[in-house]
Amino acid sequence: MGPLGHRLLADYRMVPVLVVLVGALSILTIADQAPLDDAAARRLAATIRAAGPTDQRILVVVRSQPEEQAFAKALARELSPGNEDRVEVVRGDPATAREALGRLAAAGGRLDAVAATPTTAGWLVLADIPAAFPTLGSPRVFVPTARRWPNFLRGDNLVNVANQIAVIAIMAIGMTAVIITGGIDLSVGSLAALSSVVATRLIRDHLGGVDASAGGMVLACAAAIVACGLVGWGTGAVITFFQVPPFIVTLATMLVAGGLASILSGGESIHQVPESFVRLGRGADVAGIPNAVLLTVLLYVAAHVVLSRTRLGRHLYAVGGNAEAARLAGVPVRRVVRAAYVASGLLAGLGGVVLASQLRSGSPTYGAMYELYVIAAVVVGGTSLGGGEGRVIGTLVGALVIAVIQNGMNLAGIESYTQKIVLGLVILAAVLLDRLRRR
Amino acid sequence: MTAGARPGCDADPAAPLLAMTGIVKSYPGVRALDGVDLEVAAGEVVALVGENGAGKSTLMKVLGGVVAPDAGSIRLAGRVVAWRSPREARAAGIAVIHQELSLVPGLTAPENIFLGQEPTRHGFLAPAVERRRTVDLVARLGAHVDPHVPCGRLTTSQQQLVEIARAISTDARVLVMDEPTASLSHAEAARLHDVIRELRSSGVAVIYISHRLEEIAAVCDRVVVLRDGRNVGGGPTGSLGRRALIALMVGRDLVDEYPARDVVPGPVRLAARGLRRGGAVRDVSFTVRRGEILALAGLVGAGRTETLRLVFGADRREAGTIEVDGRPVIVRSPRDAIAAGIALLTEDRKAEGLVLSHPVRENIALPNLAGLSRAGFIDRFRERALVDRFATELRVRLAHPDVPAATLSGGNQQKVVLAKWLARSSDVLLFDEPTRGIDVGARREIYLLMNELAASGKAIVMASSDLPEVLGMADRILVMHDGRVTGEIANGPDVTPEQVMALAVA
Repeated sequence: MGPLGHRLLADYRMVPVLVVLVGALSILTIADQAPLDDAAARRLAATIRAAGPTDQRILVVVRSQPEEQAFAKALARELSPGNEDRVEVVRGDPATAREALGRLAAAGGRLDAVAATPTTAGWLVLADIPAAFPTLGSPRVFVPTARRWPNFLRGDNLVNVANQIAVIAIMAIGMTAVIITGGIDLSVGSLAALSSVVATRLIRDHLGGVDASAGGMVLACAAAIVACGLVGWGTGAVITFFQVPPFIVTLATMLVAGGLASILSGGESIHQVPESFVRLGRGADVAGIPNAVLLTVLLYVAAHVVLSRTRLGRHLYAVGGNAEAARLAGVPVRRVVRAAYVASGLLAGLGGVVLASQLRSGSPTYGAMYELYVIAAVVVGGTSLGGGEGRVIGTLVGALVIAVIQNGMNLAGIESYTQKIVLGLVILAAVLLDRLRRR
Repeated sequence: MTAGARPGCDADPAAPLLAMTGIVKSYPGVRALDGVDLEVAAGEVVALVGENGAGKSTLMKVLGGVVAPDAGSIRLAGRVVAWRSPREARAAGIAVIHQELSLVPGLTAPENIFLGQEPTRHGFLAPAVERRRTVDLVARLGAHVDPHVPCGRLTTSQQQLVEIARAISTDARVLVMDEPTASLSHAEAARLHDVIRELRSSGVAVIYISHRLEEIAAVCDRVVVLRDGRNVGGGPTGSLGRRALIALMVGRDLVDEYPARDVVPGPVRLAARGLRRGGAVRDVSFTVRRGEILALAGLVGAGRTETLRLVFGADRREAGTIEVDGRPVIVRSPRDAIAAGIALLTEDRKAEGLVLSHPVRENIALPNLAGLSRAGFIDRFRERALVDRFATELRVRLAHPDVPAATLSGGNQQKVVLAKWLARSSDVLLFDEPTRGIDVGARREIYLLMNELAASGKAIVMASSDLPEVLGMADRILVMHDGRVTGEIANGPDVTPEQVMALAVA
């Protein structure tokens, strides 16, 4: 491995862990994928046509689930050309299927083929046809071919993972800056709640509620984000001016911002926002990539550049590494520390707005406990709580590790209480692993 | 305390109390100790000297049970011992006082002394017992320490006394002192030496590690010199001259410790008038010319460091003006001072001068980022060019500019600090203890650099508690006592340490 490889491994120790997790989850969630989409229907139709004459008499057997109904419809459409009246569709349970077969047998004639879904193919009634309905002959049962593929790696699931973690990942950028200076910001969860409430309340009360314009919504969100940035500035000012430990000051901010969010919302969710409010959190405007994911990626690129290539970034590391040496080298220590808390506030505000958009509402309960997940993402990402070191891309990896674990447990059907225990142990293990490698 | 009560004195008088034989210890890539022998008798003070990296610390780590030797044996009072932890070594009577004091600042002297071995009564702490025993212990050292004051608020020398008291509280038979006088004034060092003589007479074996050869002559019976992990010589203190000792340590003959310089000082570069801050600095004024080295001498607490910090804006001053090249400058913060061309090389490089965990490159660039960046973005090529230029100019020995500053030796660290200020083209250099913790060979390099800088027209102010250094380097000496300037001496070959001391204790 070259020096670059070594450096990457040193900077991003959690990448191999993430790779292992993804691998393990992929193996654990491997399942027969029988997608009942149009393409599958086309393939099955082609198989059936190739297996017999053009005027086959075909029975399509599906359950009444919408997905299977759609499949039946598509299949019927594909099979129909040339033998419209010889394709019959049965929707329902085995009893319905037996009825239909009885009807067919009564009507006379042979049945050439049965098209089934993986579920209905297992019904005894289909296997029994030659015995129960001898007049129908012994039709072949066709099933869409199964593909072995991990549920975890399905496109829709991956998008799901990314969307779930976007908010925490965005907030973790600001937290990384704060932790690099040797501080901590416990207020981000409350600030996200405050931001969601401020944005949705502005829309409800001043910008037309469900009829608000796009410009109005942008304005409301910007105002909410700026408000959180101002709170961050205040937090940073108290920390730097009075030399109070950040833990205490941000704990106070957490309580104040949380209370403020409850007062501003009257303690309830605010739903009176337009349908289009979800565009930021749930839309996908560029090449099918969810907007929230795109936003997260862009922010991480920007944060990486700021931290590694700019004076401000270098100053953040210097202050966290040795504040007195930095001061004596002419670094404006207080200004740098304040900048970190402003960034944390702004990004918490943005996280709150994305959360509100995903849930199409604002509420003082949003973001509860997020500060802990955010801190966990930063720490799992390899940033030391002692300050002076850390990489923001590591934080993204940390956030992904957390998201992947949560998602994987959901797929594996582990209940939420157990999930908490596992997540806690995994965070502990990740940090211990990091410790061991540093030795 | 009588000699008979010391356990060490019960042993066979012919055998030394401690005998370390053929100690070998390797780390990946380095053979730190390559068969070192060290013997110390009860009631003997042995100086262990050598340049940084010679193996002194590793040898003491082996003795203290911190690391296990790869080969070799240790005998204590004739019995072979092999301890597996510092705790076992302590229990056997080995006490090590590290260079960095290891007291808990928030605890009082008794609490620190009995930390981990607290006397209890019915399961509860017995603070009165702790206090009484502390007073006894400290009195044995001929000193007094307030048992109610947290150690963080004691002076450095008092903290050192507490450390020694802790060592003898466990009936230490072998006491290791690593650079004990590094942060003590002359008078305090002299008192510490009295304490050591007292311990010696009570039968304790003392291993004394120091870079200060005068002290070794004053307090030690015998010298053991290490170089590159081997014994290279030694003998009774009187048998080895200063030059011979230095030659043994560095492996070559140093022509003269303080290189000669021939500079005619130019016009006044820095003028400080009426500096004042509380009781620490009271109305201090001085000037330094281009090409001149001014020394601030005095005991610890005389206000030397504090004066430099006021000039640099590191602390808020209550009164006083500063002029650079005849123009008044407003210095309210280090930023202002840096902008005016003033640089401070702090006494404690690790705590104040460097971000130790960060690369040398970033440390040198830190005060120079404004000139190295455009629109906030750092130009990495110019940064690297600047770092390479000054690292070469100052002869910093570096594997790569991206190694953490913590991995460098003291001398190289000081050069890195100097490089960051020269890159900033600072014209006034304030050196606080320029060679603290730097070994003899590297010291001379720092002195050479200081001379070169002065010759290039910079003005240098050097605060130092090392009198030979003051006399060897300065053009003029400003002596301070209790925050005031008590005298000024134009330096010359006939100026004696006594003249300076007379003003320092005034």
